[in-house]
Amino acid sequence: MPYQRIKFYQTGSFAAGNRLLPEDLRSVQAARTRSNTLTCGHRACQGCGEALGARYALDAVMRATKGKLIAVNATGCLEVFSTPFPETSWQVAWLHSLFGNAPAVASGVAAALKAMGRTDIRVVGQGGDGGTVDIGMACLSGMFERNDDVLYICYDNQAYMNTGVQRSGATPPAARTATTPAVGQEPGNTFGQGKNVPLIAMAHEIPYVATATVADLRDLEYKAARAMDFHGARYLHILVPCPLGWGSSPADTIKVARLATESGLFPVFEAEAGEVVSATPIRRRVPVTDYLRLQARYAHLFRPGERTDVIARIQASADRNVSRFGLLHDHHPERKQPSLNARTSPEGR
Amino acid sequence: MRKQIEGSRAVAETVALCRPQVICAYPITPQTHIVEALGAMVKKGELNAEFLNVESEFAAMSVAIGASAAGARAYTATASQGLLYMSEAVYNAAGLGLPSVMTVANRTIGAPINIWNDHSDAMSQRDAGWIQLYAETNQEAADLQIQAFRIAEELSSPVMVCMDGFLLTHASERVDLPTQAQVDAFLPPYEPRQVLDPHDPVSIGAMVGPEAFTEVRYLAFERMRQALEVIPAVEADFGAQFGRGSGGLLKLYRTDDADLIVVALGSVLGPVKDAIDELRDGGVKAGALGITTFRPFPAEAVRVALGDDSRLRRLVVLERSLAPGAGGVVTGDLRAALATGDGGPPNTIIHTVIAGLGGRPVTRDSLRHMITSAEQGVLPEFSFLDLDRHLVDGELTRIRATRRSGPSAENILRHLAGRT
Repeated sequence: MPYQRIKFYQTGSFAAGNRLLPEDLRSVQAARTRSNTLTCGHRACQGCGEALGARYALDAVMRATKGKLIAVNATGCLEVFSTPFPETSWQVAWLHSLFGNAPAVASGVAAALKAMGRTDIRVVGQGGDGGTVDIGMACLSGMFERNDDVLYICYDNQAYMNTGVQRSGATPPAARTATTPAVGQEPGNTFGQGKNVPLIAMAHEIPYVATATVADLRDLEYKAARAMDFHGARYLHILVPCPLGWGSSPADTIKVARLATESGLFPVFEAEAGEVVSATPIRRRVPVTDYLRLQARYAHLFRPGERTDVIARIQASADRNVSRFGLLHDHHPERKQPSLNARTSPEGR
Repeated sequence: MRKQIEGSRAVAETVALCRPQVICAYPITPQTHIVEALGAMVKKGELNAEFLNVESEFAAMSVAIGASAAGARAYTATASQGLLYMSEAVYNAAGLGLPSVMTVANRTIGAPINIWNDHSDAMSQRDAGWIQLYAETNQEAADLQIQAFRIAEELSSPVMVCMDGFLLTHASERVDLPTQAQVDAFLPPYEPRQVLDPHDPVSIGAMVGPEAFTEVRYLAFERMRQALEVIPAVEADFGAQFGRGSGGLLKLYRTDDADLIVVALGSVLGPVKDAIDELRDGGVKAGALGITTFRPFPAEAVRVALGDDSRLRRLVVLERSLAPGAGGVVTGDLRAALATGDGGPPNTIIHTVIAGLGGRPVTRDSLRHMITSAEQGVLPEFSFLDLDRHLVDGELTRIRATRRSGPSAENILRHLAGRT
């Protein structure tokens, strides 16, 4: 298969980046020897958080597995924009079957590899929030409870973007989507609904669960690599802003993701065997309005009059995350460095 | 080795001899005994395979898709609602050209919920792109598993082996089970046409637009055309190596001089043959045509078997499923196969008889009566075998009399209970 080599662009930038750091401290993306799993030429929108998240996550996994990886994709934006044949952006063995079955297909791949004695090859399943928290939930939960040797990555952009921004079980309260329009007394999505899949994953007591965002790409790389230290079912939930669906500027994708964490709305943590083992502290806490104002999907909260009642409810959910995950505490256990050799899941699961 | 053995057990032991590498299981009656037996073999270490207890039939077929794409021989079994629940993945496996094998223990589809046998489940998937083989006996059900893996892998197309639920799956018959050496000699290891390999990465399952979708689908059509050659070749090879006839496209029974032929699929061919034998003793020239391969539909073979025989007068198609609003599924395919440029088949009257729905026994007496009626020219073009007309009329009267007549199924059961 033709292989697209990595290109480093640094035109007009004064950013030294981490290529001035010692080799072992550099990011996976900064390494000239890295894989180029999701290569250029795909059809993602400008500022797409999912394309960014997928590239960082998969290249980190590729390094952790020394290139021995098979990826299974759910139907969705990531699948559609990456494979307009005869072009494909995937420089990894890649299979797309259906919208709701990626975790089960990944289980099948893992089972086949085990049966053939090829457990050196690892398996990643991936999909958007619709394919994960809604239509793929049964297959995901089944893969978790059987503890199949699969890392499943959910790229969460909080709605069905591929079909035109309809509400999913991951759409936050008050957000405008095509099926929760900003009309009526309580515009946007309803409060008190939706699923928190990282916590659902933890309830299965699988070896490893983590959340990440495209605002902290080193953390994202760390978690993708760390996940490969374990065997068994693992879950990585990445917040990936969608400029099209969120009504944010393509230039603000990383900023919006950072404000989601700095406001407390999206807690970044990792858990092992059902217990939280680390949470990323908020460096500079911001009110949720800083996050909401950048996105047209929340515009109805500010115009014509400010909906202080709704904003207060959103702020309350951020406050709850802050206390629940201890996001303002500064003392955190030392992170475990991902090892290059995967080890088995903890005994007694 | 000949054994008195339950059909499901015979199938499970034969599947095990095919060395499946990934088996996915989700329980549904009447298929469960097959995967239970395979699960036990894996657990005891007699069978070296991965056995996954999945959370649904949709997941079962999805696991088979993943396993097959990764280069493993994959097997699952299901029935009825399970087959419908996995339907999206059934189509997907065929569309991707992944050659897994699935046994369908044929059972009807609700509502009303009913666990007993007919062919509604498999018929619902007739256009999914799977090869469909129907077993007449437990010996054939077992033999077809071996042939199915060979056919599937040769064509890179999934194969469904259909065996009548309970009538075969739960019936204890004498079955000649092959040895491991025999199966190994017949069935080479799986050599995938496409595989997920990190050293030679390919993308499988890309989006295909209007510019090429027709061509990709044409290849599915072409694969089925090839199957019409591969299936008889595999049947012949199987016959040579195992010393018995199983599989193939069609089965002809006393059709040479017949002027009435009953067309059927599956285990009902047994009582059909018995009825034919009895009627032949009374001078009725009846025969039977068994359709072993329903997909691809062996139209040419049917034409050759029934074709331009000027003596041929009547075909009675025994349908084990109902196509509401149309009649019978098999009749339509048969009629199309026999159609000439002028329209209908020459010198032939075709009757459709819906029989044995939801486990209603298809008795030799009823079949004899059906054939005699056809012979005498009094069998309607379309009818239900052993329909209780009184029960139906009673409910139709209720429906006409009252707007809120209530649930029909329950009314009919109440009526039936009150009759005794």
